[in-house]
Amino acid sequence: METELQRPLPTPMTPEAMPYWDGLREGKLMLPKCGDCDTPFFFPRIICPHCHSRNIGWMQASGKGTLYSFQIAYRALNPHFKIPPPYVLAMVELEEGPRIMSNLINIEADPAVVKIGMAVEVVYEKQTDEVTIPLFQPAS
Amino acid sequence: MKELSNSVAIVGVDESDEMGTLPHVSQLSLHLQAIHNAVTDAGLKVSDIDGIFTAGQHSPALLGEALGITPRYVDGTTVGGCSFIMMVGHAVAALHHGLCDVAVISHGESGRSGTGVTRNRDTSLSGQFEMPYGFGGAPTYFGMITNRHMYEYGTTLENWADVAVSTRAWAGLNPKAKFRDPITVQDVLDSPPLFYPFNLLNICLVTDAGGAVVLTRADRAKDCAKKPVYVRGAGEGTEHTLVTNMTDIPHSKATALSGNKAFEMAGVTHSDFDHIMLYDAFTSGPPMMLESLGFCKPGEGVTFFEDGKSTPGGTLPINTNGGGLSYTHSGMYGIFPIIEAVRQQRGECGDRQVPGAKLSLVNGMGGMLSAAGTIVLSHER
Repeated sequence: METELQRPLPTPMTPEAMPYWDGLREGKLMLPKCGDCDTPFFFPRIICPHCHSRNIGWMQASGKGTLYSFQIAYRALNPHFKIPPPYVLAMVELEEGPRIMSNLINIEADPAVVKIGMAVEVVYEKQTDEVTIPLFQPAS
Repeated sequence: MKELSNSVAIVGVDESDEMGTLPHVSQLSLHLQAIHNAVTDAGLKVSDIDGIFTAGQHSPALLGEALGITPRYVDGTTVGGCSFIMMVGHAVAALHHGLCDVAVISHGESGRSGTGVTRNRDTSLSGQFEMPYGFGGAPTYFGMITNRHMYEYGTTLENWADVAVSTRAWAGLNPKAKFRDPITVQDVLDSPPLFYPFNLLNICLVTDAGGAVVLTRADRAKDCAKKPVYVRGAGEGTEHTLVTNMTDIPHSKATALSGNKAFEMAGVTHSDFDHIMLYDAFTSGPPMMLESLGFCKPGEGVTFFEDGKSTPGGTLPINTNGGGLSYTHSGMYGIFPIIEAVRQQRGECGDRQVPGAKLSLVNGMGGMLSAAGTIVLSHER
């Protein structure tokens, strides 16, 4: 029997983002990167937002970054998100440059504890056989 | 656009018959009430309308059909709540070039009751990259920009509370405002925490409401029922939809671009304004908008709300209708600050009238400072 999902699954998963989702399933954080100007970016798309080249490849990110900003959610807005509040909504700036949204876990969800600028590292959380998502925790 | 400054006037404004919690009124009816009321305010007839501008779920074609008219110019720009402010600039261009003669910009949203509403928000990116983490709804995004502002500039929860207090004081003078009892900074800080850094009183209302604005060329405006309010300047811009891709958080490129274009077209500078309307979905929005518009240095926008400056009797009145925080906020709020600025320029605001108001700024955001529209309005040409 499948355990009940605690989070809404990513929907829709787009064809151009499949290397991102494939990587996560294998425990890798992959970022799209321009083959011409060498700049990684997020979200995955078929054109470089920096130089507008269509020569797009992929790179493996280190999984390290800093907490760029955060919010503490004291209630859920989405009925499919079942993790009990409070929890930390996190904007992470990856070492490679791009920012992504995630959760900061393994920390008390308290604005007196969570600090912008703190070092964070990726943790992979399997949702289904197809879907693994990147979460972040304070860097060890 | 400079040669178009003052070529078009706003001649009619009004809200829907009621605003608030209206499960008995469909979203379409909110549009139609507002349009009918605004056209009447202008001393015109529905049959005079030949340009329809609207954002949101209902297309301009649907509004034309419902009104029983055949518009020869339509605009359905939908980039968030500022779309209606942007449309003032679009209407100026269309009217100037004779693409239409009487333009109506219409908003109707059953944001609270959802009556006559189909949900069709685009979540193609947020659904994939944000919603699995509990994001969803503006309060889970705008706080990211706000918290970064606090980190960069040392702004505080008390600073944001000042905005709520000032805006509520104006609402107390507006009979149409939903919440009119005065509040204190402590009331804001003590209100239920929802999404840090936001407590309940940092976040706008959710209502059912409509609003409409009627425009025509300045030569024809003289024949309308009310004193014309001229569009002296208009500007717009967009930067992102995902907050992660907002380049210089908390600085809004879209806001800066829209303001620069509007001020240049109008030939005015910051110190010329005596009345300001800013899109206040959250208390932190107006100070950050003032910064991005260049009214002050980054981090100093909160000073406009200190010591009663922005409140009734203050030196620079801001959000005199009571704002999205206390008057009404249906979801796409941008039509309402235009309506208030026009009423202030006409001098018909009663207890909340800004004495001798000559130059109003209206600036609004779409999404999370993702898009922006700015207009400059005056009863003087």
